[in-house]
Amino acid sequence: MNNFRYSRASDLADAIRLLAADPGAKLIAGGTNLIDLMKENVERPSRLIDISRLPLRDVEETADGGLRIGALVPNSDLAYHPLIEQRYPLLASAILAGASAQLRNMASVGGNLMQRTRCPYFYDTTTPCNKRSPGSGCSALDGLNRNHAILGTSNSCIATNPSDMSVALAALGALVHIARPSGQRTIALTDFHRLPEDKPHLDTNLGSGEIIIAIELPPHGFARNYSYLKIRDRLSYAFALVSVAAALDLEGNAIGEARLALGGVAHKPWRSLEAEAALRGQAATPDHFGRAADLLLQGATARSHNGFKIDLARRAVVRALMQAASATPQSQAHKKIA
Amino acid sequence: MNAYVGTSTSRVDGRAKVTGAAKYAGEFAADRLLHGFVVEASIARGRIVRLDTSEALKVKGVVDVLTHEHRPPLADKDEAWKDEVAPEKGSPLRPLYDNRIKFNGQPIALVVAEDWETAKFAATRVRVEYEQEAFATDLESERGKAKKVDQPHKPRGDAAAALARAAVRHEADYVIPTEHHNPMELFATTAVWNGSGGLTVYDKTQGVQNVQKFLCSVFAKKPDDIRVISPYVGGAFGSGLRPQHQVVLATLAALALKRSVRVVLTRQQMYGLGYRPMTIERVALGARPDGTLDAITHEAIAVTSRYEDFSRNDTGWAEQLYKSPNSKFAHKLVDLDVSTPCDMRAPGAATGVCALECAMDELAVALQLDPVELRLRCYSDRDQSEGLPYTSKQLRECYARGAEAFGWSRRNPASRSMRDGKELVGWGMATGVWEALQMPVAVRIVLTANGHAEVSCAASDIGTGTYTIVAQVAADALGLPIENISVRLADSTLPQAPVEGGSWMAASSAHAVLGAAEEIRWELACLAKAMPGSPLADLDAANVTLTDGMIVNNDRRGAAVSIADVMRHSKLERIEKEKLNQFAEDKSHARNTHSAVFAEVKIDEELGIIRVTRIVNAVAAGRILNTKTGRSQIMGGVVWGIGMALHEETVMDHRFGRIMNANIAEYHIPVNADVHDIDVIFVDEPDDRINRMGIKGLGEIGIVGVPAAIANAVYHATGKRIRRFPITLDKLLE
Ligand SMILES: Cc1cc2nc3c(=O)[nH]c(=O)nc-3n(C[C@H](O)[C@H](O)[C@H](O)COP(=O)(O)OP(=O)(O)OC[C@H]3O[C@@H](n4cnc5c(N)ncnc54)[C@H](O)[C@@H]3O)c2cc1C
Ligand code: SF4
Repeated sequence: MNNFRYSRASDLADAIRLLAADPGAKLIAGGTNLIDLMKENVERPSRLIDISRLPLRDVEETADGGLRIGALVPNSDLAYHPLIEQRYPLLASAILAGASAQLRNMASVGGNLMQRTRCPYFYDTTTPCNKRSPGSGCSALDGLNRNHAILGTSNSCIATNPSDMSVALAALGALVHIARPSGQRTIALTDFHRLPEDKPHLDTNLGSGEIIIAIELPPHGFARNYSYLKIRDRLSYAFALVSVAAALDLEGNAIGEARLALGGVAHKPWRSLEAEAALRGQAATPDHFGRAADLLLQGATARSHNGFKIDLARRAVVRALMQAASATPQSQAHKKIA
Repeated sequence: MNAYVGTSTSRVDGRAKVTGAAKYAGEFAADRLLHGFVVEASIARGRIVRLDTSEALKVKGVVDVLTHEHRPPLADKDEAWKDEVAPEKGSPLRPLYDNRIKFNGQPIALVVAEDWETAKFAATRVRVEYEQEAFATDLESERGKAKKVDQPHKPRGDAAAALARAAVRHEADYVIPTEHHNPMELFATTAVWNGSGGLTVYDKTQGVQNVQKFLCSVFAKKPDDIRVISPYVGGAFGSGLRPQHQVVLATLAALALKRSVRVVLTRQQMYGLGYRPMTIERVALGARPDGTLDAITHEAIAVTSRYEDFSRNDTGWAEQLYKSPNSKFAHKLVDLDVSTPCDMRAPGAATGVCALECAMDELAVALQLDPVELRLRCYSDRDQSEGLPYTSKQLRECYARGAEAFGWSRRNPASRSMRDGKELVGWGMATGVWEALQMPVAVRIVLTANGHAEVSCAASDIGTGTYTIVAQVAADALGLPIENISVRLADSTLPQAPVEGGSWMAASSAHAVLGAAEEIRWELACLAKAMPGSPLADLDAANVTLTDGMIVNNDRRGAAVSIADVMRHSKLERIEKEKLNQFAEDKSHARNTHSAVFAEVKIDEELGIIRVTRIVNAVAAGRILNTKTGRSQIMGGVVWGIGMALHEETVMDHRFGRIMNANIAEYHIPVNADVHDIDVIFVDEPDDRINRMGIKGLGEIGIVGVPAAIANAVYHATGKRIRRFPITLDKLLE
């Protein structure tokens, strides 16, 4: 671990000022990801700007009937918030599928969006990694890549984004509100994370002086027909091999609006409007779900050890859609797959 | 009188542990304590050509950086570095001895600072240049270079010919990856400088006297100069059998700086210690149509380091379990550029029996025989390697009781035949076997006139319950309530004990306690006889029992004298006895514990997700001293067996020779969600031959057989035979 300076931001403006003043500074919220990375010497901030006491902890209804969630709301509080449980159970489920109770108590919404990949080479400073050290090469391309990306990869990086919460947010069409020295801006969550292309060191489109202040959920929460299905190497407390956020509007057996996002397969939550469009107006049957899965997985490619994820993802999509259609969402407490 | 032995007595150290009163090696305070942080090599093989510590030394708070070029003297003969459990062949690791790099993660420097954070930070300022050499870390690609090691099991008959003529034959490779112990407690040492050149070393270890002798020989110290203490151990599972490098480094720094020094390894650094070596196990079985065996061969190829030959008995367990006129065993090692493996719970058996029991299951399928029935047809009443009967072997009863509790008779033998909704259901079973070892241990008991006794011994309690069983045996033998017994363990100045391992400590310590207590009883009886008007006057001093504070005539219970009276009359404040218990050597019988493990798995067929919904483990291990701690031991073994079957694997990138999942987020062990019903059955196994109390020990047997039972259940559920562990879902989807 490197030595660093520590400042506690007194308010948002202070945080923005501190961030602008020191290019090596990093924000710290729950610290559950950043401190691990500092212990491994992967992150070496010159200064930590502690934003954990800023008043960004509210969950408020918006004028149009959506919700605005402060960037510092702890993951646990969000998952168990009555409005989330009632109106956005897909989001609650995705959060509860992640990490452990202790980590969720510490982790913030903003930190969750910003968490970095779990690629083992990224964590090990003795190995080449373009994300950690641009231009050094990607050790995963021909190395241990069993849990690496199958979609949207580049020759520079095949890492995945490990967040569960983001997958549900992508499916729900969330917005990210950002504060910066010149004011505020808002972007769609699906535009927040990036594909690696030739700049894998950039995980997101958040600018260097910017701070996430809130997430906004649109009014429609798909509270009836949804499921978050996470497939992993043990029944809890492991990152996804593949995860699926599925949400449907059903009129009888006919699909109205459909949402589908994959986690654990790409550098960002993976959504395909084409796949969702293909479901619209169709009957909720395994065949149609399979077709949507194929569209979603179009272009999937494997490296030496992760080929299984393509077929697994397809199966998981179909199952999650079945769970959603039959209104029997995957429970995150009982690990038997519904 | 057994008021405590055989009951479910709660841990006597339980309260101290859950309230934090129990102190571990890294928690002892000392004046002006310094903190060391280990710098490790980042190449797998080669030489250090330059080690620049100047930047690290500039960091405020750094006191020194020890390296091979800058350190006090260390012993220069291999013999001095060989601890009690070091492999016979080889040249043990000497931390900071010279510029040679033998494995990735080898300690190469110790940064010592006023606080741990400073030491850790300064460690990033140490610059190292290497000259790299070609290296190899992959067992599978180096398999051809395997060298044979001596095995105790001699071949019998002509296994090759018998295999060739066998009516039904099964032969396959089973691959079990490298696994790490991951005890909860980090490896730590606090070496306390006592001002006059001596050290009190608080160390995480399974054997304080082993560490003490080792340190004395490595640092050329007199026995009185170094005292090693390890009152509590937060799990070790074999990883603490040998002195680990942090104890050498902390001692080295304390001697160099004449100050107290603490070294705590990080979780990641602990992956540079020992581990269960990866093995490729080739098992061949030849059977007659009636399900009896004609041939068994078992060859294991295991990883070892290039500098030490570590090998355990992976093969040969069939000699104990299954009758076969022809057998052949071979154990081979491949030298790789890795650290030396070490013992890990049921070393050899956890892996070797796993392969054997998977193979037996495959043979049962080929023979169309029930797996339990096959094992009964091959059942051996003798250890065939030596042709010896057992002191006791209630394995038949284990099969029967386990099968009954599990409901095995309701099993449909066809694979893929049982379902529960979307899940395939599989039932599998396996046999477990381990050795019942016993070692010389000495115990001192001090009985005071107020009816308290202090029992002390250098043995460790690595979490298994040694404190508790020692207190139980002493309480019963002295006829005192257990609250009146205090137990002191794991201090090198206490009476002799070997490292705690191999499941030998329960039997060994219990008999030592019994022996010392009997000397006390004898002395009390003699004193009682001598009292004027004693009702015990003409009694044989050996023929008394101590009960409820009284010395009682065994033949006439009414004739009794109180211990307090005797001691008062004899003007004794205390009676102290120390006894070294040696077990009589008996080569006429084999000594083993056994088990039958039954497993139920439920598998989501489309997604490959496996749940181990039930395990029944029926164990025959002689007398169970404490059913509560005993059950915990077996349950812990079962949970670990689930991990072996489904999760555990140390993953190395052989291009770098580096372990890439050196943390417990990515090195998977079972979490609560992975553990469902575990039913532990202790089968009665009276054994008056093995030792006086009939004790066999329980530390290892709980894991043996579990991985195979689960793998066999997975086959039964899915029809897929996964021979490469762990059984992850991608292997089922292939
Ligand atoms: C063992 C383990 C298992 C885990 N398993 C899972 C899992 O299964 N699924 C899953 O989804 N996650 C998992 N996680 C990750 C966990 O969800 C994240 O660590 C957590 O969400 C991060 O939140 P935090 O507030 O602690 O972030 P911090 O560690 O404080 O910060 C992380 C990053 O976000 C930046 N940041 C924080 N807040 C803001 C803000 N408002 N604006 C801009 N930047 C900001 C920081 O500068 C830093 O770069 C796991 C973590 C661990 C340690
Ligand atoms: S996949 Fe990305 S994070 Fe992993 S080694 Fe390659 S560049 Fe680094």
